[in-house]
Amino acid sequence: MRLPPGVSSADFSEAVKQLQDAVGPEWVFTSDEDVDLYRDSYSPFWHEQEEPIPSAAVAPDGVEQVQAVVRIANRYKIPLWTISTGKNLGYGGSAPLLGGSVVLDLKRMNRVLEVNDKNHYALVEPGVSYFDLYRYIQDHKLKVWIDPADPGWGSLIGNAVDRGGGRTPMRDHFDAHCGMEVVLPNGEVMRTGMGALPNSKTWQQYRYGFGPYVNGMFSQSSLGVVTKMGFWLFPEPEAYLTGTVSVPKRDDLVPLVAGLAYLMNSSIVLGTTSVASPLSFLRPDAELTALRAKPGGPSTQEMEHYLQEKNLGYWSIELPFYGPAKVVTAQWEYAKEKFSGIEGVTFKEGAMHRFPVDPNDLPQFQNSVAVGIPSLSVFGVGGGRSEGHVWFSPIVPMTGEAVLEAQQVFNDAYREMGMPIGPLFFLGPASNYPRCFLVLFGFPIEHDVEKNKKNRENFKRLIKVAAEHGWGEYRTHTAFMETVMDTYSFNNHALRRFHETVKDALDPNGILSPGKCGIWPKNMRKANA
Amino acid sequence: MKNASLGLFVALNLMVAVPALAAPDQDQIEKGHKVYDKWCFPCHGTGLGKPGTDALAARGQKPAVLEERTDLTGPAIKTFVRHGVLFMPMLRKTEVSDADLDAIVAYLTRNNKP
Repeated sequence: MRLPPGVSSADFSEAVKQLQDAVGPEWVFTSDEDVDLYRDSYSPFWHEQEEPIPSAAVAPDGVEQVQAVVRIANRYKIPLWTISTGKNLGYGGSAPLLGGSVVLDLKRMNRVLEVNDKNHYALVEPGVSYFDLYRYIQDHKLKVWIDPADPGWGSLIGNAVDRGGGRTPMRDHFDAHCGMEVVLPNGEVMRTGMGALPNSKTWQQYRYGFGPYVNGMFSQSSLGVVTKMGFWLFPEPEAYLTGTVSVPKRDDLVPLVAGLAYLMNSSIVLGTTSVASPLSFLRPDAELTALRAKPGGPSTQEMEHYLQEKNLGYWSIELPFYGPAKVVTAQWEYAKEKFSGIEGVTFKEGAMHRFPVDPNDLPQFQNSVAVGIPSLSVFGVGGGRSEGHVWFSPIVPMTGEAVLEAQQVFNDAYREMGMPIGPLFFLGPASNYPRCFLVLFGFPIEHDVEKNKKNRENFKRLIKVAAEHGWGEYRTHTAFMETVMDTYSFNNHALRRFHETVKDALDPNGILSPGKCGIWPKNMRKANA
Repeated sequence: MKNASLGLFVALNLMVAVPALAAPDQDQIEKGHKVYDKWCFPCHGTGLGKPGTDALAARGQKPAVLEERTDLTGPAIKTFVRHGVLFMPMLRKTEVSDADLDAIVAYLTRNNKP
């Protein structure tokens, strides 16, 4: 049997017995065969000793069982690593950061506790996936949309507390939550916001309750186990319309993004869109290949001319509109006016989709996530031969100047690292979050130790390059959490020191997710920091 | 452990090496259909945006939709589910229990020729 760090075989055996008593013997996994299922399917440490492998897993079925598990872990000082559905592939999956941790698997807690389509909210447990909640809403014929993360088997709670994003107007998942129930490191249950008021009638309607608002302390956090969470849902809209704006010149990106920012910050466009260029997805023909092979690369004018000859814009954005058909039509008309000052701009209107969608029309969506229907289509992003990926995901300003600078900086960094010019694949810059752009670079995972080592070095290099330019990651794989936290270093790492102070006060034995986001408990700090 | 090349090699060979041995139970097939719809269809089903189906089609697997196959075997299916392959992750027992996995096998091998 594998052991947690610093725990004797006798103590661990006794702890396992107590865990079995608490949750049922069939829900404590200790055999290598069962525990291996908790390894990160997209681990950047394949075939290396460094891969953090759990010692066991325990799967409670309710908040009382979670409390019991946390108390047992405290008794024996066993580190727990909490997962909801463990499907944040690319950011660590179900594997712990610290090898030997016991995975606290909340998948069995999969109850949809309430969905209200009059005030438009839901209350769920952590094992509820986007597919689960979507199915529940369809089965009960409720007039609400969920906002799925791209992988539909993800947990609403897990994704929200990891501060994941989606595509509809409710796309900032942490921002869309309202009310939590949390098991604290000492095993006590706490409810936040209006949930702290016994018999509250507004737990999922007013976020803040009374006193300091603490919910952020439980996101990307090792301070508690979230066992229930409320989410605001989007009333099923009458229609969804997209309109694509294309501009002919490289520098047109500046007014294009300025217009986008205005529309988004004015709540005229409320959804995820991204800046795209045909240069990132065009299959190169002989002319483009020759242009790219020129010493020093092609000039901007040459690329603009190449695209104009093909009747393609240099940049485009597809604007999403959600709401009554009359309103979305007017919003698109207004957006066109807003961009009409850009010389050579062109507009293309997409199909107007009406809701509810006829089930027979579902296949028309390559990616249905933008209309609130969960999917797994995102896994096609690396191509059919992909063995997985990890995401490098910096946040950059929502300005054209920033996008052009980031493109230059990351292209230079890739060149210096000896990698192909431009990312292996990337998504965005995208408006998954208000007021900024998220850029996603997919680093491939391979079953080749040397390639993975090199990719990890390159990944860390990009984190530092981004930080030097003022861009930080919004989230990262467990392998890089320490490196990312190192970059959030204002005033001699005041933020991390604050987190450590809180961690030590709330979790003196350091049992909850040690090392998460670079925050180690006191008893492990020197060894791991 | 997920091992793309070895797992795929083993699984593809298992697909054709072991014929179905007994007629599966109808209740088990129906249960398997439900489990398949929940856990497998979103990636391996029909229609746009099904990366598992797309990946199998790109590899020349015919038919690429798993439900239409008549040459899958229990060991192959279990290898894929518990070990993963390429970008498909392994599935834990809190997601697909051993009993659920047996039902998936019954469903996906229902049309195999003895």
